[in-house]
Amino acid sequence: MTQERLTLFDTIWDDHRVNPDPAPDGGPDTLYIDLHLIHEVTSPQAFSILRDRDMKLRHPNQTMATMDHSTPSTPPGPDGKYVIENPDAEIQLAALESNCADFGVPLYPMGHENQGIVHVTAPELGLVQPGMTIVCGDSHTATHGAFGALAFGIGTSQVAHVFATQCLLAKRPKTLEIGIDGALQRGVTAKDVILWVIAQIGTEAGTGHVFEYTGSAIRAMSMEERMTVTNMSIEGGATAGLIKPDDTTFDYLEGRDFAPQGAAFDEAVADWRQEFTPESDAYDRRVAFNADEIEPMITYGTNPGMGMPVRNAVPDPAGMENKSDRVSFQRALDYMQVEPGRPLLGQPVDVVFVGSCTNSRLSDLRDAARIMDGRKVDERVRMLVVPGSRKVKAAAEREGLDEIFKRAGAEWREPGCSMCLAMNGDKIEPGQLSVSTSNRNFEGRQGKRGRTVLASPLTAAACAVTGEITDVREML
Amino acid sequence: MDTLASHVMLLPIDNIDTDRIIPARFLITTRIKGLGRHFFNDWAHGSKTDENAKILVAGHNFGCGSSREHAVWALADYGIEAVVSTKFADIFHANALRNRLVPVVVQPEDHDRLVTALEADPESTVTIDYDTRRLTCGPMDIPFAAAISDIGSEDPETPGIGELETLLGQSRFIDEHEAVRKARVNTLGDG
Repeated sequence: MTQERLTLFDTIWDDHRVNPDPAPDGGPDTLYIDLHLIHEVTSPQAFSILRDRDMKLRHPNQTMATMDHSTPSTPPGPDGKYVIENPDAEIQLAALESNCADFGVPLYPMGHENQGIVHVTAPELGLVQPGMTIVCGDSHTATHGAFGALAFGIGTSQVAHVFATQCLLAKRPKTLEIGIDGALQRGVTAKDVILWVIAQIGTEAGTGHVFEYTGSAIRAMSMEERMTVTNMSIEGGATAGLIKPDDTTFDYLEGRDFAPQGAAFDEAVADWRQEFTPESDAYDRRVAFNADEIEPMITYGTNPGMGMPVRNAVPDPAGMENKSDRVSFQRALDYMQVEPGRPLLGQPVDVVFVGSCTNSRLSDLRDAARIMDGRKVDERVRMLVVPGSRKVKAAAEREGLDEIFKRAGAEWREPGCSMCLAMNGDKIEPGQLSVSTSNRNFEGRQGKRGRTVLASPLTAAACAVTGEITDVREML
Repeated sequence: MDTLASHVMLLPIDNIDTDRIIPARFLITTRIKGLGRHFFNDWAHGSKTDENAKILVAGHNFGCGSSREHAVWALADYGIEAVVSTKFADIFHANALRNRLVPVVVQPEDHDRLVTALEADPESTVTIDYDTRRLTCGPMDIPFAAAISDIGSEDPETPGIGELETLLGQSRFIDEHEAVRKARVNTLGDG
């Protein structure tokens, strides 16, 4: 890379490398972390490691805590208290509260106006800014790459490392450019784009890599749409996915609580433009797609790479060369109770979930509401709509989206991760088929023996209305 | 680290994700120990076989999905000391090393031969020699890769403690870095 300008990834990495010289022989660099996000599930053991050694957090004020995974999505009682049915969840949530109090970490607990899914709430507060390094004990931390920040998920022992030193050891990954040029067709959303990409490249193409998404289709997206794309980078195997910041990014940030204000904001924008918008094609690998070809997508298997255009037939593993590929593929189809060579269109649906850090922002809820408006949830279907944060919920209610959902017969819930991973009691039953706007169709992800079809909010809403797998373009 | 010899738990399925290793509802805990009883709790593909196995032979792209270190803790608590695959997902791989669980990477054709042999004789003993980086099973002798150079500083009682000590040893560099970049860091308050 001596001749070429560094990529955005390289720029951020070098800017945060603490060791004066790059680590030799592929060893780990010490990387400085600007912002550490934590939640109740992956932090308690890290606090214990600190407590056992009588250590403090190096920078509690570069740490933000919220509650999202095991919080109930049912509203609080008349006394304002949330009913937590699982005593272990109550212990875990109480542990976060006392840990944050003891170590001085700012916490947005249940009921707080800033509470929500950590990957929804941190950006909407303006905490996520271009050029930053951001980590969280959560693989969907990649979401924040939409702002041109290097953001990735870590294990709990690394949460302790960042607590204690504001740094972690990390080996420099390679870069993979995912170029998407052209215009999206009617009924095709950011979710369809990323499901399409992962269906093409597979779930492991990104291993050892950071993605950078480029091209006119990405440039045309809003910040919320970009977050949907970067969110699922991990589903393509990459721990992080970046999008270069631009006017869309800066416009989004202006005026947000933790963004620089007034003249300081203009200075920050000038700085971000100068530092973090490099023109470079020095990627280790690249793939390119034509946005015009992308169709509304659904998954048919048990990993997010098993996706296809909604009208297509399920692929047949018979033609696969490798035996273990064939066996694994067939097992996935058996689990899903789907037949190769036949489309899923028309398959009955039991549950529709609109929510998760992938698709629970205001524009996602607007998409779903646009389909639901004046229609009814099919009587065979249970539909949950779970806004990503308290701010999203309030904004949706100001627009009357909650009324549209409720009139249609959907359940309008409290913010959190909810049925994306079935930790808080919101789950599907064995054998049920769910159409979900979340990010993972893994076996049992939404409930033991449950079957998940991933889709966009538009497609999910269309399936709720018809009670079967549906091409939303027929309803637009 | 020298050698590990054991019966094998054989799950030769590709893309085994960390939700399958331990479903999310079992992450409602504040402890590290005791997760082994939920290991592959909802497994839907027949028996998990040998309860005394210390080696898990899995399919391609093992440990994809969620970053939950609980997946490694569950494997370790169950008694697994090494996982053999053709490829590991990044976060799982790093989490494993911090807990002295060894990700053993073999070539796809060797993996096919190993699985075929183990399917024919599930009682076979597999021996992993960390010094020579060879894995043997009956007459089969195959090379592997394992990033275990730093694993010796880790302590299974406190995951990642070796790395933490390394980081603490760099406090001077961290101080210097912070002094330079102070103005660029935004915070949540004066804390």
